[in-house]
Amino acid sequence: MDEPLAVRARGITKYFGDVIALDCVDLAVAPGQIHGLVGPNGAGKTTLLGLLLGLAAADEGSLEILGTPVGRALAAPGGVTGFVDGPGLYPSLTARQNLAALAALRGPGAQTAGIGEVLDQVGLTEVADDRVRGFSLGMRQRLGLAAALLTKPRLLVLDEPSNGLDPAGKKQVHGVLNRLAADGATVVLSSHRMDDLEALCSEVTILAAGRVVFSGPLGKLSAENRELDYRLRTSDPGAARRLALETPSVGVVESTDAGPWRDAEVVVVRAPVPALDELVARLVRADVAVRELAPVVSPLEAAFLALTEQRETGR
Amino acid sequence: MTATVTETTGPVPVARAYRFELVKLLAQWRIRLLLLACWLAPALFVAVVSQQSSLPVDTLFGRWMNVTGWAGPLVMLGFAGTYALPLLTSVVAGDVFASEDRLGTWRHLLVAVRSYRRIFVAKALASLTVILALVVGLAVSSAAGGVLAVGDRPLVGLDGHLLAPADAAGQVLLAWTCVLAPTLALAAIGLLGSVALGRSPMGLLLPAVIALTMQLAQMLPLPVAVRLALPSYAFIAWNGLFTSPAQLGPLLIGIGVSLVWAVTATTLAYRLFLRRDFTSSTYDGSGRRAITAGALPLLGLAGLTVAILAAATPALGSGIDQDKVQRSVATAFAHLYRLQTGQLHRPDVTEAQLGVTAECTKGGGLNAAEGPGNDWRCVVYWRLPGIEATGSAIYQLDVTADGRFVADGDGPKEVNGYFQVRTPTGDEPNPLWQFDGNVELLPTHPKG
Repeated sequence: MDEPLAVRARGITKYFGDVIALDCVDLAVAPGQIHGLVGPNGAGKTTLLGLLLGLAAADEGSLEILGTPVGRALAAPGGVTGFVDGPGLYPSLTARQNLAALAALRGPGAQTAGIGEVLDQVGLTEVADDRVRGFSLGMRQRLGLAAALLTKPRLLVLDEPSNGLDPAGKKQVHGVLNRLAADGATVVLSSHRMDDLEALCSEVTILAAGRVVFSGPLGKLSAENRELDYRLRTSDPGAARRLALETPSVGVVESTDAGPWRDAEVVVVRAPVPALDELVARLVRADVAVRELAPVVSPLEAAFLALTEQRETGR
Repeated sequence: MTATVTETTGPVPVARAYRFELVKLLAQWRIRLLLLACWLAPALFVAVVSQQSSLPVDTLFGRWMNVTGWAGPLVMLGFAGTYALPLLTSVVAGDVFASEDRLGTWRHLLVAVRSYRRIFVAKALASLTVILALVVGLAVSSAAGGVLAVGDRPLVGLDGHLLAPADAAGQVLLAWTCVLAPTLALAAIGLLGSVALGRSPMGLLLPAVIALTMQLAQMLPLPVAVRLALPSYAFIAWNGLFTSPAQLGPLLIGIGVSLVWAVTATTLAYRLFLRRDFTSSTYDGSGRRAITAGALPLLGLAGLTVAILAAATPALGSGIDQDKVQRSVATAFAHLYRLQTGQLHRPDVTEAQLGVTAECTKGGGLNAAEGPGNDWRCVVYWRLPGIEATGSAIYQLDVTADGRFVADGDGPKEVNGYFQVRTPTGDEPNPLWQFDGNVELLPTHPKG
């Protein structure tokens, strides 16, 4: 049996007055997937997330969420939740009261997750009875996530959920989202943090000026025949540099370009993936131990910059 | 995590959304403070003021505060209609939608409730509930303060007749119930301002500003039809409950007008809310839409009401004429004369035996004897059984545009001068010295 897509958007167009916020956007998100939305400011990410949440309706195109066609505002099917432009929390209530009020709103039949349980999941148990007024941005983000978890979502839509999170908070949020996806729920999130998206998402969609410029698996971005800069740390930097220069399609980036990675043991090479494979093989044959090989800029960030800059220069 | 997938379907029922809104409102410190103030402060105020030698005689029933506990809630009602209720409706209804703009929680609420209509109904009902709790607090607290501090004693009405304690309590309750209508109108204007103006402070201030404007209008010598067409008139018209017979015409018109305003303003707010764009997180309202879809229809309603009232009642003048003033002064004097007679342990006389009449002039007879002003002068005449001579007394009257007057005794001092009268409950000023009265603004037909 084919399970319907969690999100299927075809030719979605959304206008705000004379401005086209989304221009013929296609999007397909499979159930159980964590899907990232990337794009520069004003690319249409929040508008698209708002459409998924049912906050507005598309002016053109068709949108199906959890197998249900959505043609008007507030018509998203049950099981869809999340937040855009930050979580909606009431500062005069405590964290627990915010969740309790939301749980009461949903009714006893719909409440399947305990308030204590979701607070524990996002690491806010100790401040559960503090008023939200005093919460940091990161704590608010985590409480917003807890509010979303309270309803046991089938599609969770999050706008910049990592904003303001410290490393521990980020790890906690990532753990929650991964477990949610592992249990079959779908997560669509936007972020400017490429490392977050790479750590969480199996697929991404890159938007620029309201149009989709890439949509697909993260691996596809790095597999594409695009040169990237890689940090190469070996047992013999001199030999590694010589071998890199000898390998076809591999260039050595001068140390001034390497910025903060400037290190005597590190050689920064620029190469497409197949050429990089060949370089590694040559290093091994030359008995040079490879201690570290990592992209200086993540494939997603590189692709993001390349695609969006390309788009900007093409306009 | 054990996230079993469960379906939550459809919009949230209004009852749950209402409870959610109520929880949010009651969590705000200013609402809690207001509730506390409305349930405690009036009792303290009435209890303390009632024990003072200097009473707020400028306020209706203020001069009776140390005589009966039922004067306190009426003094509070006058204060509430002028200041407290417009401000309370501003703080509650004027902020109930705008607070979501300020906190940036609209999208959260829409995702959670999934119905514009239910959000509107829940917010309107929740704010109404809080406003009702505040009004009940003002009424109960001031009545309790008065009765506990002064006692459950008869109240002197605006035409001088005495209301037994039970009747006074009933009329006080009825008067407070009547002002719920204009309070509803102000609350609806608050909702409209809150929806139309978003985070703008003007939304919060709108009921207070409109109430103040209407109060200023009530102080002007406007035609009665215009005066009655304003919803704020019901904040004054309850005075008519304290005459015998009660002046129900203006009161019922005032309540009716207020309710029409409440329904109209709520409907306008609802229509504006449905047409609002929630895609922007920084909505500061739409000035043009607030005028075209909010202010203009209400101005149209006011114009239409004036036209209907002008056609239905020949009330295009001030409503204050010589005949009405004379009748009001004579009636009040007769009732108060009986009260004074009793206090001075003189033989009782009836109003019919007294046969009180009054002759009033304005501006020393140089002006037409009509309209408000502090230059009214009345000479009151009466007779006593078995005495040939006719008694007379002079009063200077300050008649305000809303029909209320204060009569100040100008001699002879044995009749209407200032002196203390010993009563079973303590010394009181001579009841004929100064008294409040009320002229019914609508055309009246004297009996007999």
